[in-house]
Amino acid sequence: MAKITYITADGTTYEVDAEDGSTVMEAAIHNQVPGIEAECGGACACATCHVYVEEPWTEIVGPPQPMEEDMLDFGYDVRPNSRLSCQIRVSAAIDGMIVRVPDRQG
Amino acid sequence: MSAPIETDVVIVGAGPVGLFSVFELGLNDISCHLVDILDRPGGQCAELYPEKPIYDIPGYPEITAQGLIDKLMEQIKPFNPTFHFSQMVESLERLPDGRFGLTTDAGTTFRCKAVVIAAGGGSFQPKRPPVAGIEAYEGTSVHYAVRRMDDFRGQDVLIVGGGDSALDWVLNLQPVAKSITLLHRRDDFRAAPHSVDQMRALVADGKVSLVIGQVQSLKGDNGQVTAAVVKDKDNNELEIACTKVLPFFGLTMKLGPVANWGINLEENLIPVDTARFETSEPGIFAIGDINTYPGKIKLILCGFHEAALMTQAVYKIVYPEKRHVFQYTTSSSSLQKKLGVL
Repeated sequence: MAKITYITADGTTYEVDAEDGSTVMEAAIHNQVPGIEAECGGACACATCHVYVEEPWTEIVGPPQPMEEDMLDFGYDVRPNSRLSCQIRVSAAIDGMIVRVPDRQG
Repeated sequence: MSAPIETDVVIVGAGPVGLFSVFELGLNDISCHLVDILDRPGGQCAELYPEKPIYDIPGYPEITAQGLIDKLMEQIKPFNPTFHFSQMVESLERLPDGRFGLTTDAGTTFRCKAVVIAAGGGSFQPKRPPVAGIEAYEGTSVHYAVRRMDDFRGQDVLIVGGGDSALDWVLNLQPVAKSITLLHRRDDFRAAPHSVDQMRALVADGKVSLVIGQVQSLKGDNGQVTAAVVKDKDNNELEIACTKVLPFFGLTMKLGPVANWGINLEENLIPVDTARFETSEPGIFAIGDINTYPGKIKLILCGFHEAALMTQAVYKIVYPEKRHVFQYTTSSSSLQKKLGVL
């Protein structure tokens, strides 16, 4: 179990308990965090679950894999700390992580 | 425009559910044509996640999305369906004789007795890049596809993206355009390595300029772009002068022209009854992810079930005078003959 905080573009904070083995995208969808669309359902085939990972978790979750990096080409306002939340696995290591949701998904 | 194609049923969408409809309809001697905006069968399975495994297809503990499409294509082969790819059904009207007339954006026309909408999440259309005010330039100086290369002759063309479409058009338009600038958010391209090499050679020769960055906004007036404002990788703003912009940001699904066919919709889905899977318009059916009814879940296997039940209703439209005899493929010699196994 890990606690994840999502901050949406308007500044609203959503604190969510995410199950180990699930993804940061799934935890957002299950808890109705707005702004994460996940159009493809987690197949790393769209870029509509884009988030910005806050320090110090950027290092902990690591950089995107090549396929995810390709998908990020379709994202909106992609930054160095951009990730697709469907590709971040939940584990105790990311407990307390804060991610920001962009003001639009592509 | 050529003469209309006469058929029993037109299936809108060639995803897994549209493909399985060919099988169910075919067993019941109902001929069909399929129309899909993609250039191959499979819908989302082929376009979004071909290599991904699916675990909930009955009888297959695990099968890739493309594997499932290949199997479906093999299964419907005996019925020789005709596919019309890379086009979208634009209009649908009821004819005075009770049949339907359909026209695609490529000018193909059909006359049919029933229509089956198996359009999934809608039609795949180019994604609009996240640039404020871009709508004002669309169709005049911002294009999502190249219809005629001549439109780009002598133009300062800005191509945005890093995939095959972007790179292919850099290579193809370079000889005709006045200048070509390729803009991508990183100096790494997912396009075919051969195209990337060719592009890099043109950049080295000074024939194409390559800029790493993201578009912030467009400048121009009356629909005519004059420049793109770009933020480079170090967050500096710069302007790229251009008269044509070609953004390639992938595809997204939109309901599209279905919304104009006079069918009742509920939040971009088509409500149907669960006995016939018919829409508010008699003779027009909707199955798979695009429909909605109490208890609906968007699973491929549910779409298959819907295809089987829809077929029973369509049979009564195509053969109003015949009594439908329900048969099993396991034991019916007439079904086995149709499948070519007897």
